[in-house]
Amino acid sequence: MIVTKKDLTHELKNFTINFGPQHPAAHGVLRLILELDGEIIKRADPHIGLLHRGTEKLIEYKNYFQALPYFDRLDYVSMMAQEHTYSLAIEKLAEIKIPTRAQYIRVLFLEITRILNHLLAVGCHAMDVGAMTPFLWAFEEREKLMEFYERVSGARLHAAYIRPGGVSSDIPLGLLDDILLFCTQFNIRLDEIEELLTNNRIWKERLVDIGIITAQNAVTWGFSGVMLRGSGVCWDLRKSQSYEIYNDLSFAIPVGNNGDCYSRYIIRIEEMRQSLCIIIQCLNLITSGPIKSCNYKKVAPSRKEMKISMEAVIHHFKFYSEGLIINFGETYTCTEAPKGEFGVYLIANNTDKPYRCKIKAPGFSHLQALEVMSKGHMIADIVTIIGTQDIVFGEVDR
Amino acid sequence: MKPLVSEKLSLTKNLPCFMLQALKKEVILFVASTNLGVALRILKLHLNYQFRLLTAITGVDLLVNLYRFSLVYDLLSLTFNSRIRLKILLTEIMYVHSIISIFINANWWEREIWDLYGIYFLKHPDLRRLLTDYGFEGYPMRKDFPLYGNVELYYNEKKQQIIVEPLQLTQEFRLFTIEPLIS
Repeated sequence: MIVTKKDLTHELKNFTINFGPQHPAAHGVLRLILELDGEIIKRADPHIGLLHRGTEKLIEYKNYFQALPYFDRLDYVSMMAQEHTYSLAIEKLAEIKIPTRAQYIRVLFLEITRILNHLLAVGCHAMDVGAMTPFLWAFEEREKLMEFYERVSGARLHAAYIRPGGVSSDIPLGLLDDILLFCTQFNIRLDEIEELLTNNRIWKERLVDIGIITAQNAVTWGFSGVMLRGSGVCWDLRKSQSYEIYNDLSFAIPVGNNGDCYSRYIIRIEEMRQSLCIIIQCLNLITSGPIKSCNYKKVAPSRKEMKISMEAVIHHFKFYSEGLIINFGETYTCTEAPKGEFGVYLIANNTDKPYRCKIKAPGFSHLQALEVMSKGHMIADIVTIIGTQDIVFGEVDR
Repeated sequence: MKPLVSEKLSLTKNLPCFMLQALKKEVILFVASTNLGVALRILKLHLNYQFRLLTAITGVDLLVNLYRFSLVYDLLSLTFNSRIRLKILLTEIMYVHSIISIFINANWWEREIWDLYGIYFLKHPDLRRLLTDYGFEGYPMRKDFPLYGNVELYYNEKKQQIIVEPLQLTQEFRLFTIEPLIS
C-alpha cells in the first residue's frame, strides 16, 4: 500500500464550547457559544434572554407609579439611576417641576449609586481576573453605601426612592454628616484598591491591550458611558445634555486613549473620585425646602399634610384611586447611568398607564459587540472583556 | 441640547419624509418604510447631520390602526449633540429592510423586534429569537398576547424533566382601568 501525502492531512475542526450560563465569570446568566481554534476565539455568540422577565410588557399593565419599582430591578447594582430616568421621563411628559432640594438629594444619591456600581464593576472584574482582595474591600464600602440607601428609603437595594415629582421622603437627620464621614475615608480605600491593581504586573498583563475598540467602532456599535470614553470620545450626558443640577457642579470627565480594558479600569476609578467630589459639593450646597413638587394634581401630598388639610385628603384619594393621567405624548429621556446611557422611551395615551415603555439599556449594545472585542483573543480574555463591559443581566434581558 | 427645530425646513427638504413633528423639543420624522434606508443613510452621512450612533430601535403595536406596527429609530449625533427619531408605519403583513448595512448595531435590536413583535426584517443575516426561550411560540409584546402568556412551565420531579402545559388560571386576569373623571 502506498501512502500518499494526501492521506496524511487531517481535516481540523474548530472546537465549540458553551461558556455559562453557570460560569461564575459570566456575571449572571450569559450563555456564550465560543468557537475556538486552540485557545484562540474565532467566534463568540452570546445567547441572552435567560433572565427575560418581560418588564416592558408588565409596565404596560401597571399605572405610572406601580411601574417605578421595576426599574430598580433592571440593573440591580445601579438602582436609583434607573428610577431617576423613568421619573425624568414622566416629569417631562406631565410637565412637573421639582424643587431644588429634591434635585440635590437626587444628584447626591445618583453619585452614590455610581460609586456603588463602579465598586462592584472593578471588584468583580478583579475577582474574575484572579485578584480576590479588592473584591472584599469594595464590598465593604458597598455595604456602607447601601446603608445610606437603607436609611433614606428603608431598602438596601430596591429603593424606589426617586419618584416622579421629587423623592419619596426627606433625608433623615444626621445622614449628611455620615455621608461626609464616608467621603473623608473613601479616597483612602480607593488608593488601597489602586495600590493593589493599577501597577500590578499580573493585572496589567491581563488588561492592557485586551479588548481594544477604536473610537469609530465604539460609535458604530452604539456604545455609551465608560465604554465610549475609554476609546477617547469625550461624551458624558451629565455635561452634554445636562439634567438636574449637574450644570452648576464642577467635575471632570475622565477619558481614556487606548480603548482597552486597562484604560476603562482607570476611568472607573477616576469616575469614583469625581463622584466623591460631586457628593461633597452637594453636601455643601444643599438647600432646605420641600422635597416634592407641590402640584397636588400630579404629585401626592405628604402624610403630614393629610392630617391637617381636607384638600390634601381629597387629592391623595384622587391620586391613588385614579392615578396620574398623562396626555397624549411621547418622549425619549436618557441619563448617564453608571454603565452608560440609560434611556426610557415612553408613550402616553391619556390614561393612567404607559402605552409603551421601551427601556434602552447600555449593556445591551455593549454585549452585542462582544464578538468584535474578543475575536482573536485567548479564551481567558473573554472573562476580562465581559468584566470590563460591566454586564448586568437584569438590564440586558429586561 | 440643541432643539433642531430651527432646521425643520432643511430637514424636510433633504429627506424623503412625509411628516415632521416636534414634541417637547424632540424631533420626530415620519418616513415611508421603503425610504427608510435612504433617510437613515442621509442622516448618518450628511455633514450637517452626522447621526452616527443608533441608540435604539423600538417596536410599537398600535393594534386597532390599519398600520398596526410602528418602528422607531432613535439616532444620536455626537458632533452636534442632538437626537432625532425616525418613525415608520407598517401593516401586519409588511416587512422591513434590515438596516445592518448602515448601522451595524441594529442587529440585536432587529432580532429583538422580530422576537417580540414578529416583524420580518429582509436581508437580516441572522434573524433568530433573542430574548424569549428556545422554541417559544407567539410574539409576546403584541397587544393581543396575554400578559400571563399561553403556557405554563415547571419541573416534574417524577419524570425528571421540564413539562410545558397550557396555562390554567384559577381566576381570570383582571385589568382595572379607571376612566378619567375630568369634565
